[in-house]
Amino acid sequence: MHWEMVMGLEVHLQLATHSKIFSSSSTQFGAEVNTHTNPLDMALPGTLPVLNHEAVTLAIVFGLGIGAEIGKISRFDRKNYFYPDLPKGYQISQFFEPIVKEGIFDVPLEDGSTFSVRILRAHLEEDAGKSVHDAIPAHTGIDLNRAGTPLLEVVTEPDFRTAEQVIAYLKALHALVTYLGISDGNMSEGSMRCDVNISLRPKGESAYGTRTELKNINSFRFIERAIHVESQRQQDLLEAGQTVTQETRLFDPDRDETRAMRSKEVANDYRYFPDPDLLPIVIDDATIEDIRASLPELPMAKRLRYTEALGLSNYDANLLTQDRATAEFFEVVAKTSENPKSAANWVLGDVSAALNKEGISMSDAALSAIDLATLIVRIDDNTLSSKMAKDVFDALWQGETDVDSIIDRKGLKQVSDSGALEVIIDALISENAAQVEQYRVADEGKQKKLIGFFVGQAMKASKGQANPQLLNQLLKEKLG
Amino acid sequence: MPPAFKSIATLSQELKNGEVSSRQLVEQAVARIDTLNPELNAVVCLEADQALANADQADAKRAKGEHSPLLGIPMLHKDIFCTQGMRTTCGSKMLADFVPPYDATVVQKLKDAGMINLGKCNMDEFAMGSSNETSVFGACKNPWDVTRVPGGSSGGSAVAVASGMVPFATGTDTGGSIRQPAALCGITGLKPTYGRVSRYGMIAFASSMDQAGPMAHSAQDCALVLNAMAGHDPLDSTCDNTPVPNYHQTLDHPITGLRIGVPKEFFSSHLNTEVATAIDTAVRELERAGATVKEVSLPSTDLAVSTYYVIAPAEASANLSRYDGVRYGYRCEAPSDLQDLYVRSRTEGFGAEVKRRILVGTFTLSAASYDQYFMKAQQVRRLITQEYDSVLNEVDVIAGPAAPNTAFALNDTSKSITDMYMEDVFTIGANLAGLPAISLPAGLVNGLPVGLQLIGQRFGEAQLLNVAHQFQSRTDWHTRRPTLEAVR
Repeated sequence: MHWEMVMGLEVHLQLATHSKIFSSSSTQFGAEVNTHTNPLDMALPGTLPVLNHEAVTLAIVFGLGIGAEIGKISRFDRKNYFYPDLPKGYQISQFFEPIVKEGIFDVPLEDGSTFSVRILRAHLEEDAGKSVHDAIPAHTGIDLNRAGTPLLEVVTEPDFRTAEQVIAYLKALHALVTYLGISDGNMSEGSMRCDVNISLRPKGESAYGTRTELKNINSFRFIERAIHVESQRQQDLLEAGQTVTQETRLFDPDRDETRAMRSKEVANDYRYFPDPDLLPIVIDDATIEDIRASLPELPMAKRLRYTEALGLSNYDANLLTQDRATAEFFEVVAKTSENPKSAANWVLGDVSAALNKEGISMSDAALSAIDLATLIVRIDDNTLSSKMAKDVFDALWQGETDVDSIIDRKGLKQVSDSGALEVIIDALISENAAQVEQYRVADEGKQKKLIGFFVGQAMKASKGQANPQLLNQLLKEKLG
Repeated sequence: MPPAFKSIATLSQELKNGEVSSRQLVEQAVARIDTLNPELNAVVCLEADQALANADQADAKRAKGEHSPLLGIPMLHKDIFCTQGMRTTCGSKMLADFVPPYDATVVQKLKDAGMINLGKCNMDEFAMGSSNETSVFGACKNPWDVTRVPGGSSGGSAVAVASGMVPFATGTDTGGSIRQPAALCGITGLKPTYGRVSRYGMIAFASSMDQAGPMAHSAQDCALVLNAMAGHDPLDSTCDNTPVPNYHQTLDHPITGLRIGVPKEFFSSHLNTEVATAIDTAVRELERAGATVKEVSLPSTDLAVSTYYVIAPAEASANLSRYDGVRYGYRCEAPSDLQDLYVRSRTEGFGAEVKRRILVGTFTLSAASYDQYFMKAQQVRRLITQEYDSVLNEVDVIAGPAAPNTAFALNDTSKSITDMYMEDVFTIGANLAGLPAISLPAGLVNGLPVGLQLIGQRFGEAQLLNVAHQFQSRTDWHTRRPTLEAVR
């Protein structure tokens, strides 16, 4: 039998606010345990939540970014359950009326086509703290630094059929939120956490099978692997005539397997009800329009502009728009050099390779876009050969600035003066009479090789500074 | 008037005239608490040294010419308000050793106004009760008859004022917890409009109804204190920013032409006939003062108690989840695992009434009963609110009894749990609708006080206090004091 995978995603995005969603404590990652906490974060009696409106603005920015409807009135609800890292015994979330309602998110695929994901909702909620198992011998400690960090939970319809679609969606979502500046998207620090709901059904069947939920997988690679492993497990069960149990499962990358987390998951009753401590969030049209006007150009619009106005390939446009820093760097280079294609090649080629080598991202690079643009201009005006350009680029990457002074200092100027080149060529011809003779009687193939020989010699004589195109052309004339 | 029973207004004048010092007032209060409290059990925490030091500071300020009306006046807080460095128990074993690192906004505001807090008052555990009998510190006794309850949940506050320990104490009112004990102890207690006074630092019972207010001898004293208690607080999102008027300034306005509505449903079979007569007499006194009185109808009055006992426990069940034995509060001995820690800490730390309400609330919020109970109760709440609002379009003030009976006996085993819940039948409506309401002394039945309740329009505290003050200018019920013979 052929099986079809059906998946829906829940992604928790940590919003890039300075303070927590209901308290004034800092949200900075990596502080000493329980230092970013105040009486509210510890749920001391009598404390009350006060909404951080920065979180609301970021949620609206997200909603507009995916073209979703913004809930004019949304509310907070209490989700009740006991757990040591949940100080109040309930999580403040939005269950009945989320701030972001339905929307469609177009995810670009490598072939230039798009894949539309239906977003069901996105709602604001507070993060829990963390259990710390290794700090106190034989005890579990609780760190409440993260408790109350604002999250936006983005829930999709079950629209995914392949792991590739899932990864493409997550990458596009990551690009979108980092573009919009609403989350740092740092997966290793938990700023973007993904739950995958996955089930199988016979191909052609319309009813869904029983799903499992893969929780909190925090890298693209692991998500892809977890989907593969879990779908295989479900397929094996189904083909053996057994059933899939609805449950939450964890992916263990070391053992390359998923295993059940809480088998009684279905029995949980969170007893949601409206939180009487918080007023409804009321958003008027003017606020929405103000926020809309402040939005940067979105990745999808950028991709379209890169392919249509700048003439880039879909593939390049895709890569360039995966993060905002790269796109913005590219745009400065393209505009200043007036050569978008060359700008794209440099950014995706040498710049990207250098970044990878150092393991840093575009936003951390010291390289100036203006310098790179000048470099391209100097290639285009024949000052630099492509080989010289690589030398200049290396110097720039090492921290030097000002392309023209690098060229001067390294004496890298390309010789494009035909008079000067003719002197070199004439000398070569007289010194290498035998080769000149061979050239004149050789077939086309042989001639090419001999031209190569002369170019090499001329380059040597010009200390590598001869313009190769001009050299080729002059040689052909002289030898011809 | 014996010195212990003097009003804030009188004491303030005496302080201003230099007839008495704040230190003397605090010393008197401490001495009286020492004498009366062993029997009455109204005060559960007394910090005399700190209070005396603060009194000296107040006296120093007076000496420098500062004369704000509350400066140097002794008071007590209901033990539901967090007080920095001072144990705050909420009447529960769960918080028996809890010392908050911060002050509630109400505590801070009264401190800023110069009042001297002596300590904390007894109360029903987590404000759940109408007799003050659910407190972990044991029952508090009614100074008019020590075999009887003072009412609850702000029973300790009512007793502390009624017995002359202090001229003022804070209370909180979720379903009648200021007005019913005020009525049963013969003092004046105001529950402001929901959102008028900050809830920050006030330990939550039912967040959509909890409201702090003053308990004192007179409407005039309540006005003086409410001036300092009320106002917007950025730490409480539900606290309103409607400007706070000077409640004292309008006390003397004549009430000629005031429209009073008396709901016929308040004079039902629940109401003791002698209490009914006293209330009727009081309303006629207001009529003589120039008000017009007419009968009105609040048809859903009978639904109020059941509506309240769905919504309040539901909110409480979540509000009390934080008491889990993990970060602070009571923790059971040697828990075997997490589940055991939760179950035993909560089983041992909470009293029976609190556990009953947590269970009820957990049930009404469960997926299977949410629509049938919680949703339905929210709908009835809206209906009740509309009824009050529509009556308050026709009249300025609703008048009626604060409680169906005078103070009842302590440990009355003939009273069922639901009988106890019916104590709040006339007060709950104002909480469900978020309206301000005041209870003021309006007679004595068999030597026990009766409370007249006035319910006003949203943010109509000034009018309520004005009407109450006019009543108190024409009557002397609010100056009657218990003899306390049994105590001495």
